[in-house]
Amino acid sequence: MPLSYYLILSAIMFLIGILGVLLRRNPLIMFMSLELMFNAANLAFVAFAAYHQALSGQLFVFFVMTVAAAEVAVGLALMVAIFRTRHTIDVDELSMLQG
Amino acid sequence: MSINDFLAILPVLVVLVTGVLVMVADVFLPEGRKGIAALLSGLGLAAGLGAALAAVPSTGTAFAGMVVADGFSLFLDALFAAVGLVGIGLAYDYFKRMRLQRGEYYTLLLFSIGGMMLMGHANDLVMFFLALELLSIPLYILSGFFRARLASQEAALKYFLLGAFSSGFVLYGIAMVFGGTASINLEGIVAAVRDGSANLTFLLVGAALLVVGFAFKVSAVPFHAWTPDVYEGAPSPLTGFMSSATKAAGFAALIRLLLVVFPALGENLAPVVSGLAALTMIAGNLIALVQTNIKRLLAYSSIAHAGYLLIGLVAVNSSAAGDAVAAMLFYLVGYAIANLGAWSVVVAAEQAEGRGLELEDYSGLGRKYPWLGVAMLVFMLSFIGVPLTLGFWGKLYLFRVALESGLFGLAVIGIAASLVSAYYYLRVVVYMFFRDGEGVARRDVWLNLIAIGSAAAVVLMALVPGDLLQVAAQAVLRVP
Amino acid sequence: MLQEYLPLLIIFLIALLVGIIAMLLGYLFGPKRPTRRKSAPYESGMVPYGPGRRRMSVRFYLIAVLFILFDIEVIFVISWATVVRQVGVPGLIAMAIFLGLLEVAHLYAWKKGALEWE
Repeated sequence: MPLSYYLILSAIMFLIGILGVLLRRNPLIMFMSLELMFNAANLAFVAFAAYHQALSGQLFVFFVMTVAAAEVAVGLALMVAIFRTRHTIDVDELSMLQG
Repeated sequence: MSINDFLAILPVLVVLVTGVLVMVADVFLPEGRKGIAALLSGLGLAAGLGAALAAVPSTGTAFAGMVVADGFSLFLDALFAAVGLVGIGLAYDYFKRMRLQRGEYYTLLLFSIGGMMLMGHANDLVMFFLALELLSIPLYILSGFFRARLASQEAALKYFLLGAFSSGFVLYGIAMVFGGTASINLEGIVAAVRDGSANLTFLLVGAALLVVGFAFKVSAVPFHAWTPDVYEGAPSPLTGFMSSATKAAGFAALIRLLLVVFPALGENLAPVVSGLAALTMIAGNLIALVQTNIKRLLAYSSIAHAGYLLIGLVAVNSSAAGDAVAAMLFYLVGYAIANLGAWSVVVAAEQAEGRGLELEDYSGLGRKYPWLGVAMLVFMLSFIGVPLTLGFWGKLYLFRVALESGLFGLAVIGIAASLVSAYYYLRVVVYMFFRDGEGVARRDVWLNLIAIGSAAAVVLMALVPGDLLQVAAQAVLRVP
Repeated sequence: MLQEYLPLLIIFLIALLVGIIAMLLGYLFGPKRPTRRKSAPYESGMVPYGPGRRRMSVRFYLIAVLFILFDIEVIFVISWATVVRQVGVPGLIAMAIFLGLLEVAHLYAWKKGALEWE
């Protein structure tokens, strides 16, 4: 398959991620959208790495995956802390973010 | 991997290893003796500062081209270590007073400083990304350090979401740069652009995304929405540290990227950065006019100062590149000193449960605590850019560079915006000296030292601005 | 090139077919005597209680977060293990530093009580 297919898919994923972060108000959905943005970049990296025959692109993906895991851990921990303060673990009630 | 590799980034390693040590030590420190963690961190940062000052700038790379140790990165190492030291001085008494003295604060602060230092050293887009995350992730946690205070937690979550959002842009930008040049090493990218094998479309898209991502980090308008909320919700000592250091780290990355990696794209990027600079100066100063909370006021002030710095960034790709970088470094140092001083006053005046942060609460503080009042006056004058202060010379050098590279419009906007800013900066001083109030401030030896020391530095260093600019001018970047 | 995958495809198709035939035979010829208990959801032989989509305790988050963090680092260990002979002693030192840091983090989590359930 030509490179452009992967890039178009990756661009679509990236845009869905951006829109998800900007439009959704539920932090969990926003997390998922952020992951989608990161993985869109990963797809672009892998596609370019195959196209250029350069391994550094694949190497980058490894680092992105680990860093993304660290970020998710921090994000989830922050949410847990908020739930504890508000004495609720209902994600749907967490709607005080205004922008 | 040899010993020379490790020596090249010695200041970074000292700070990061201290961070790990503090983390381990904290587990064994009994409740009530957590101040030892602050002491250890201070020692580590002092050692890092010493290592940065003693290091000789090299023209080569280390760790197989991943990092450099040029004058620019060593200058920033020293700046970050010094700002970190002051940041610990701000935090120590504050958290003791708020009954939240915990070792994790200092561990995470050290990790974040390590990330900032690494940002200056990065010579590979992997390192840019890792440094960016290493400096950001601890700050997300630290913003929510008041675990019982909803405002602090909301600030943390908001900072996290928007910070990760901007990281996404940086990451996609890096992917595009890699696609355009088949390399993620700065050397490789520059070589690919030079021999014409690079795809300039991908490269331009990537550069634009990188600029957007870092514009979030330095809180340039229109990517500033998180700044006031996060600065207000986060613990005050952290905000003081963050507004001084994170901005410098973001600009460090932008300078290296625009100067070293994308000189070929200068013509395409200059209008974008100019637009950002103009918008940031105008919007930052105008919104600051109506703020009544001191933390939000200083947040918008920090946005406005990012705008002045962006002028220098536009000039980075002109013939006056060296002067532009020197002027920006000079400005960053001057801003960091005045800003840390101003925040030390804010920390001193803050009361339990986040009270004492409205401008009303500052009524009469200056007459009750003359030293604090005079110090605040000096910081505010420096922010405005009144002669005889460090801020004046910072703005003078920046605007001079702007004129040298033909950016008349931006220089005029900058001067006009500075005049407008006098209103809200002086309002703080008016409240402190010409209103009656019951305000009280904490008398702590470290806070007083920071306030008076910074005020003295702002005035004394303004006596020898040329020599300081000379030091900044020697902090040159390695150009492959 | 795609032809090399043809045998694989045939195996998949045969497996799918065998499965479908087995289920179809049972469906067509097996006796069917449904009772209420039989058509209830199977929950390890226990009588089901409560709806299936309950919220989990926040404690699971902590465990999950720690799991993600320590689990994902295997990426680096595996990629190191595949080239361990080529990278030699410097690689070994780098991996030792990396794992040492991970162990510090583990000890920290342990001593702070993150692994305790209560």
